[in-house]
Amino acid sequence: MSSNSDLNIDYVANLARLALTAAEKEKFARQLGDILQYVEKLKQVDVTGVEPMAHASPVYNVWEADAARAGLPVEEALRNAPAQRQHMIVVPKVVE
Amino acid sequence: MSSAHLFSSVQELAAALAGGRLSSVELTQACLARIRSVEGRVRACNSFDEPGALAQARESDARRAAGRARGPLDGIPVGLKDVIAVQGQPLTCSSRMLANYVSPYDATVAAKLKAAGAILLGRLNLDEFAMGSSTENSAFGPTANPWDLTRVPGGSSGGAAAAVAAGELPLALGSDTGGSIRQPAALCGIVGLKPTYGLVSRYGLAAYASSLDQIGPMGRSVADVALLLGAIAGHDPRDSTSLRAEVPDYGAELAVRRGPWRLGVPREFFGAGLDPEVGAAVQSAIAFYRSRGCEIREVSLPLAAEYAIAVYYLIATAEASSNLARYDGVRYGHRSAAAKDAVDLYFQSRAEGFGEEVKRRIILGTHVLSSGYYDAYYLRAQKVRALIRQEFVRVFQDCDALLSPTSPTAAFRLGEKSADPLAMYLTDIYTISVNLAGLPALSVPCGFTSAGLPVGLQIIGQPFQEAGLLAVAAAYEQAHAWKDRHPSL
Repeated sequence: MSSNSDLNIDYVANLARLALTAAEKEKFARQLGDILQYVEKLKQVDVTGVEPMAHASPVYNVWEADAARAGLPVEEALRNAPAQRQHMIVVPKVVE
Repeated sequence: MSSAHLFSSVQELAAALAGGRLSSVELTQACLARIRSVEGRVRACNSFDEPGALAQARESDARRAAGRARGPLDGIPVGLKDVIAVQGQPLTCSSRMLANYVSPYDATVAAKLKAAGAILLGRLNLDEFAMGSSTENSAFGPTANPWDLTRVPGGSSGGAAAAVAAGELPLALGSDTGGSIRQPAALCGIVGLKPTYGLVSRYGLAAYASSLDQIGPMGRSVADVALLLGAIAGHDPRDSTSLRAEVPDYGAELAVRRGPWRLGVPREFFGAGLDPEVGAAVQSAIAFYRSRGCEIREVSLPLAAEYAIAVYYLIATAEASSNLARYDGVRYGHRSAAAKDAVDLYFQSRAEGFGEEVKRRIILGTHVLSSGYYDAYYLRAQKVRALIRQEFVRVFQDCDALLSPTSPTAAFRLGEKSADPLAMYLTDIYTISVNLAGLPALSVPCGFTSAGLPVGLQIIGQPFQEAGLLAVAAAYEQAHAWKDRHPSL
């Protein structure tokens, strides 16, 4: 497992699309360093040949009938949109 | 309705409703009056819809008058943790991100409660997006513990636990990812049950860590919790992780399951860090079961005790970083007015909308999933998770249920742990492994500290053995008077 100094907070914040202040970066780097140091202990466990466990249910593929059913009306679906016009969500321009 | 009925059991309330001695409108008004009288100090509710609740209550009374009452929950108010969708009601997750969000549809559990005639009253406070153990991470301010207003109610379902303990509502639904129903139930002196992973639909639950989250019932007695569990359990085609399990009449099962049981006591759950008064209360509960003819076996869960928290904070934060990617300021939720362009809209909306603990977990989860770290952190955690589950399977070969403290301490002071995330995470040491293994577990009151703070006994069961789990808890509850004590507010 990697050492806590490997946490590049600028890189990770960019991946997470999260703007952090300088104070937040300093604080999180320190706190997450402590937490990453704590989880280092998992290196002590022998996991040779162990299948990873994604969840606790004994289910694998769940299929649903391919049948049309009513969804939300457009007005309802857009009720929480921050900005809308003509049944569409308004966003800043994405192409020049 | 006099205030003496504020702490009545649901069974008593249902009998009074059925016998015409009480109307749902009177009961709902009594809850609203109690909410108004104590909320200034407890702060359990993010919002409540008074006209909507009274309209539901009038419908319930009309059904009953016409001979069409729907069962024991008809006319009974139930509060929901503010992460469960009810059509037309706010759903904030106690986050600025969703401060103005109104649910366009019902969660399956909400639809089931409506079908049972329950009055959906109150959106209950939590740690933002269910991330926390004290309800101090709410963007709308912390909830106070009704037993001592200077202390936390636990979390993340702290509003639900406090509202039920304070007599504001007879029942509530919480959600539990690493202990978020059981730990606040313990700290507030009520009963809270985390069902087996897959027993209750999560359709309409705001997702935190999807391989761990479960919705579960909270109430002032085992029988009340059994009744509410029966109303929400069962397969739902809209949640592909919900299982086709048989849902028994949990209340009826309580009457026929009397033990004695083989009860395991994991020795590692009584080690360093356990408050002596909490340990003594739990030991005396264990002695009670022994006196009733139960076989008490010391068992060992070394991996669960040593590694569960580390596994949890890798898996839960990884899943959270993925689940919370949906909050991008585009389709719903907070949108920044300061963004320079389309991409900056994500960065600024998330920076303004999320609180500190949520940001911390998103950063950690993103890191452990990122290229070069995935195998070392996330994949390794999933493998240790498998070993922890196997450890429980082995122990359950010789035990019907396990007994432990729910939380290592009684309620701590507001602010006591908020500066040290790792110290806060360690408060979930006895509850987290249960979520990793997908097991059902509950917390039932088992005494008070010398300072008058409630202590919870955790009882852990095998998958889909909720009926047995409730029976073990009821045997203890019936022989003790803890549930007759209430906070003086």
